[in-house]
Amino acid sequence: MKIPWKKVQEKIGFMIIRLATVLVVLILAYILYDIFKKGLPVINWEFITAKPRKGMTEGGIWPAIVGTFWVSIVTVIFSVPIGMFAAIYLNEYANKCRIVRIIRLAIRNLSGVPSIVYGLFGFALFTLSLNMGLSVISSGLTLGLLTLPWTVTASEEALKTVPMSYREGALALGATKWQTIRTNVLPYAVPGMLTGTILGLARAAGETAPILFTGVAFFWPILPKFPTVLFQQFMALPYHLFIMSTQHHEIVKVRPIAYGTALVLIVLIVAMNGLAVWIRYRLRKKYKRA
Amino acid sequence: MSKIKIKTLDFNFYYGKFKALTNINMEIETHKVTALIGPSGCGKSTFLRSLNRMNDIIPGTHVEGQVELDGQHIYDKKVDVVDLRRRVGMVFQKSNPFPKSIFENVAYGLRINGERNHGKIAHRVEESLIGAALWDEVKDRLDESAMDLSGGQQQRLCIARALAVKPEVILMDEPASALDPIATQKIEELIFELKKDYTIVIVTHNMQQAARVSDYTAFFYLGELIEFGETDQIFTNPKVKKTEDYVTGRFG
Ligand SMILES: Nc1ncnc2c1ncn2[C@@H]1O[C@H](COP(=O)(O)OP(=O)(O)OP(=O)(O)O)[C@@H](O)[C@H]1O
Ligand SMILES: [Mg+2]
Repeated sequence: MKIPWKKVQEKIGFMIIRLATVLVVLILAYILYDIFKKGLPVINWEFITAKPRKGMTEGGIWPAIVGTFWVSIVTVIFSVPIGMFAAIYLNEYANKCRIVRIIRLAIRNLSGVPSIVYGLFGFALFTLSLNMGLSVISSGLTLGLLTLPWTVTASEEALKTVPMSYREGALALGATKWQTIRTNVLPYAVPGMLTGTILGLARAAGETAPILFTGVAFFWPILPKFPTVLFQQFMALPYHLFIMSTQHHEIVKVRPIAYGTALVLIVLIVAMNGLAVWIRYRLRKKYKRA
Repeated sequence: MSKIKIKTLDFNFYYGKFKALTNINMEIETHKVTALIGPSGCGKSTFLRSLNRMNDIIPGTHVEGQVELDGQHIYDKKVDVVDLRRRVGMVFQKSNPFPKSIFENVAYGLRINGERNHGKIAHRVEESLIGAALWDEVKDRLDESAMDLSGGQQQRLCIARALAVKPEVILMDEPASALDPIATQKIEELIFELKKDYTIVIVTHNMQQAARVSDYTAFFYLGELIEFGETDQIFTNPKVKKTEDYVTGRFG
């Protein structure tokens, strides 16, 4: 029996697509497998909670975890409100004119700017001009800038998913625009906004370049209390990983520590992504309309 | 004695450059039902939404001429749109309950207008649901989501929501278009009840419905008001040939 050419074409096309998918999954799986295999053995309570010792050849990564935590907090506090309000302005208030479209395009393009450029910009602006020095604050704000395009775009998408009819219904009852947004739009958009924000933050938490010039330290085991901690240099997981894998004087000896750090970082970021997915799932269920 | 509630004066409406309404002159009587009929795209919804300035929220639109509510020009600069919309309520073609409880849906308009007293709100919610002929069906489940109501119940809920803020006029855009005959009948009976207290303007594609519920009928065609008069006259003795063709279904 002769198989028609059309069917053969379809089979080949399908094969190529499937191969590409399998390839992607395999690469990811291999990376994860490698990191887990080499990182898991060093992970224990001490590794998580202790400071590095003996020229960072022993001990744990606690200061890096704490540093990443505080930087992320600053990032969130800076970028979430600004991103949300910018999105509200763009989506609800601004007229749909050329300038707004250009602003929106500019914001989307910002997400394509290499992170090292953010680093330089943050260094010039926060560290030098605004005299914040090398600190958690400088780094957090720089990462905040980096995540802003994400926050704005995600918040705008979230606002767009709220049906126009909710707004019209409220306005028709004599609600002001701000009342409408506050009581009948935002409550339904916030989960979506959070999702985007968390994804942006997850990316920021893994960045090295933006914090490189603005505050991260090679070795900084001093952990003062809040708020002092914000005005000091700090250690961070991605930078620690970078140091341990390329800059350390005993690179082979500390390799397990590097893998352990990588594992902790990956688990952290996967957890954040998981949280974002969970929030989105909850949201979908809530608004499934009959 | 009949009293004019809404009056339009050489009213034109534009979506950008497109002129959707041309020279509309119409008087809507207090405590009467006025039906707007005409083929799809003739501007019925546009006209209806002009009466409470809902079209303001569509970018790029503008109007010429005037609409008067109790003799006051509603497109004047000093008019408070928020106040206007509270006085001229609206029920949309697609029922649009908010994803809140039944109670909160009806209470919404009261809350945003500053009512805090829970007793008063509860009383008004009950009154409105009774007014919209929905109370008996929902009185035991006011805390449940409005999204779980049937289509006809949702539409009556939207009517209750509009009633709660005590408007003077209620605009309805094909309120029964998505409903089965029984639900439709309920809405029609309701309209009959409501006109004792409210002035009602209703868009409908259903000729029988227009004939059944309305006192006056306006026939629109391509953005123009072709004929306007008492419903009986429009349906039994239209003056314009186009109206006759349309109401007898010989159109097009
Ligand atoms: N947002 C808009 N932007 C541009 N044009 C519009 C818009 N809304 C409506 N129009 C146009 O204005 C005209 C009148 O529309 P309208 O919705 O008022 O008609 P209608 O009589 O309500 O029709 P239907 O019976 O189908 O609901 C149509 O030609 C329509 O294409
Ligand atoms: Mg319409």
